[in-house]
Amino acid sequence: MSTMAEPTKDEAKGGKPLSAGARQERRLGWLLCAPAVLVMVAVTAYPIGYAVYLSLQRYDLRFPARAEFVGLSNYGAVLSSPFWWDAFWVTVFLTAVSVAIELVLGMGLALVMHRTLFARGTVRTAVLVPYGIVTVVAAFSWQYAWTPELGYLAELLPSGDAPLTEQWPALWLIVLAEVWKTTPFMALLLLAGLALVPEETLKAAMVDGATPWQRFTKVMLPLMKPAILVALLFRTLDAFRIFDNIYVLTSGAHGTGSLSILGYDNLFTALNLGIGSAISVLIFLCVGIIAFTFVKLFGAAAPGAEVKR
Amino acid sequence: MAEIVLEGVTKRYPDGSLAVREVDLDIADGEFVILVGPSGCGKSTTLNMIAGLEDITEGTLRIGGRVVNDLAPKERDVAMVFQSYALYPHMSVRENMGFPLRLAKVDKAVIDSKVEEAARVLDLGEFLDRKPANLSGGQRQRVAMGRAIVRDPKAFLMDEPLSNLDAKLRVQMRTQISRLQRRLGTTTVYVTHDQTEAMTLGDRVVVMRQGLVQQVGTPARLYDMPRNLFVAGFIGSPAMNFVGASLSGGLLRTPLGDLPLDDRMRRVLERRDAPREVIVGLRPEAFEDASLARETGGPVVTATVDVLESLGSDAYVYFSAEGGPVTTAELEELATDSGARDTGARGAQQIVARLNAATRAREGAPVELRVDMGKAHVFDPSTGTNLTHAGN
Amino acid sequence: MAAAGTSHATRWGFVNVVVVLYALFPVWWIAALSFKDPGTLTDGNYIPRDWTFENYRGIFATSEFTRALINSIGIALIATVIAVILGTMAAYAVARLRFPGKQLLIGMSLLIAMFPPISLVSPLFNIERIIGIFDTWPGLIIPYMTFSLPLAIYTLSAFFREIPWDLEKAAKVDGATPAQAFRLVIVPLAAPGVFTTAILVFIFCWNDFLFAISLTSTESARTVPAAIAFFTGSSQFQQPTGSIAAAAVVITVPIIIFVLLFQRRIVAGLTSGAVKG
Repeated sequence: MSTMAEPTKDEAKGGKPLSAGARQERRLGWLLCAPAVLVMVAVTAYPIGYAVYLSLQRYDLRFPARAEFVGLSNYGAVLSSPFWWDAFWVTVFLTAVSVAIELVLGMGLALVMHRTLFARGTVRTAVLVPYGIVTVVAAFSWQYAWTPELGYLAELLPSGDAPLTEQWPALWLIVLAEVWKTTPFMALLLLAGLALVPEETLKAAMVDGATPWQRFTKVMLPLMKPAILVALLFRTLDAFRIFDNIYVLTSGAHGTGSLSILGYDNLFTALNLGIGSAISVLIFLCVGIIAFTFVKLFGAAAPGAEVKR
Repeated sequence: MAEIVLEGVTKRYPDGSLAVREVDLDIADGEFVILVGPSGCGKSTTLNMIAGLEDITEGTLRIGGRVVNDLAPKERDVAMVFQSYALYPHMSVRENMGFPLRLAKVDKAVIDSKVEEAARVLDLGEFLDRKPANLSGGQRQRVAMGRAIVRDPKAFLMDEPLSNLDAKLRVQMRTQISRLQRRLGTTTVYVTHDQTEAMTLGDRVVVMRQGLVQQVGTPARLYDMPRNLFVAGFIGSPAMNFVGASLSGGLLRTPLGDLPLDDRMRRVLERRDAPREVIVGLRPEAFEDASLARETGGPVVTATVDVLESLGSDAYVYFSAEGGPVTTAELEELATDSGARDTGARGAQQIVARLNAATRAREGAPVELRVDMGKAHVFDPSTGTNLTHAGN
Repeated sequence: MAAAGTSHATRWGFVNVVVVLYALFPVWWIAALSFKDPGTLTDGNYIPRDWTFENYRGIFATSEFTRALINSIGIALIATVIAVILGTMAAYAVARLRFPGKQLLIGMSLLIAMFPPISLVSPLFNIERIIGIFDTWPGLIIPYMTFSLPLAIYTLSAFFREIPWDLEKAAKVDGATPAQAFRLVIVPLAAPGVFTTAILVFIFCWNDFLFAISLTSTESARTVPAAIAFFTGSSQFQQPTGSIAAAAVVITVPIIIFVLLFQRRIVAGLTSGAVKG
């Protein structure tokens, strides 16, 4: 039917011959994506495969010559170890509590930024500072604030209290540091969701006699659901890999180590590449399960997934 | 300049849906052809296929005698004007208009003179160094036109180029486009959903529905001899009135009253083996105030006036007919497209009659209307075919 | 009415002040620490009683910090440039072109955006030692640009999607090849989006800590966040608090400048990729 099309690979496969335009477009598409894909595959897919391979080995960096295949025994060792489960529950606690607080605070902050009558730019600029600041810097600021005889916050406590040296106070301080740092990001995502709520719909609800609380729960929240889910997904995955704040604030001592800290310690303190890799793979699986749950159960739209022309 | 020939052109999307089916169209060199239809009828897809912006699934497209199915847009030498104008916001008017020539590696001095010339024709001279953001809607529209004409292409393709303008400007630009096309004599394919634009602009009009060509013809022919219910209802404003009727003994029994068939109609209907139940279509001007049309023949019906709109030159009389409105898939689609479905006025059948301004009809009072049976159309409800006026 | 308006304004003013204080206080606190001399470091004052630049002089006197600063700037800049170039290419294809495998690319970058970096630290540590880029600039640039690619692709494809599709169709009909359409029409219009993305990617690279401490072992590639964590103080008997505070302020300054200058763009960039109906 197309008299002028040259035979192509697709034709050879029995597919419909593509026009010059479509062929050109397809080739350009591949060409443009190729470098990014190569980099991402080489730097993540390959290493994660390598991590799986390492996790099946007994591999102690101090004795690299004695590496040998041990099957799943590293996983057995990790999963039967109280260290893993302590770190797991610490991570779950930190993730759940900080994301929950961030959601509430972030929503409040988003409403303030959306509604404030003046100084909108100032507020937004101020709010971006915690987002942009280096986590380690913020963590040091908090650490000094809570260090007895140095910090302004420690002075508020009964003298001699060193909250960063006790498990529960320290965990809550980690939550505080995490919340301070990431609430603005949550707020900005929610703010974008708020912008999707038409002003007229709110006015209509007002005329229909809805109280402010009803307007918020019955009109705004349902309309913002996609934005909220995306924000929660992002932040949950991000919180689950918490490392910097804990490293600076407590170094994971006093029962405050997260899974990331555990993995790091096994690798660089214990120098056990096999066990460290098994932990890496297990964390990866946890993150996968969280993402899957969000996308499948709550129907969170994967950002960028819809590509319309 | 060139003729454009479509032979069995079909567009099927990867999901299997058919946007355009088997379109055959022969556009002569220098002709102004309008593709018209409700949204989703495939008119824009057809235009995009001619431009090369969408692939042709089946069929052949020839421009100037050459099969161009597999040519990229740049090799087809056609110019396009978009509904959004698609002016490049980072380029001045001059750069926008010169862009196609610059891509064709035309000499700088030639580009300048061609752009100046086009700007003179379109009265854009003083805006050449402005950015599109600093132009009014009408000026932007003219820049888009200018970008098309500087190249002197084989054909102009226009995709609803006027629908972003306000009503008054649209009428002015309509005449300007018409004049420009006549002067340049370039083959033009123009897409619109507005039947008034279609009727006033085109040498020929192509009415499309659901990817199928319904009828091709001059505006007058489409108006007088619509081939089916859809074309009849789509062309003309106010739209043709449709009432259900049953044929018996040379009479059309309608909710308006009994309408006797004239000889010509009777013969045609017999020959075409018309069913018993039919749809009668009457344009508003098929009615006249009986007291003002004593000498013309035709049956007289009586109706109570609901609303009277006096326009000075004419008077529109609205009244309702007994029984619910007739429905077929085509009429449903027309109702949806015209927004009649959204107004909620679907109880009784509304009839519109265009009467001489001298009528003495009053709202709420009965009026006698004479029906010109020569202008009546009879349609087969199952196929939608016009049984009485066989257009091509 | 006027009274109601004033009280309204007062309330918003109060709320705004609370928000600004919340956001800036920890930054102010560490800045104040950095200007205190060792004697008054522990006085708990929010404003230093005696201003001193001693801490800054201290950190700039050692190569430990200056070297780290150069590393930070160089590594973040190079990673940003590469990520933005690769991201721009891929994002254009994702937003505009039809080609098989696009969903795969989107899925993959989403996966990487969610990836726990710790999972990569152990294999990368080993691989980099084997191929000899451990503790070098490329050793950090490569993971940084990889992890910021999804961010770049999402943000940029959102920007690309906002460029009217008709413009490219027009360019094609005007006789442009896809490559010309990209270069002459899309790139000039996408420039602000590319710039915004570059800022976001830079902040991302500038902030990283985990890779920085895991994939370096000496001054040769250690970035400032990692270097700070290893500060020991200028003398044995001194806590490094003042030095850390000063270093912290130094690496916070660029972020503050970005935020002040490009607040609007950063907000647009952060939210564009994430929320689309």
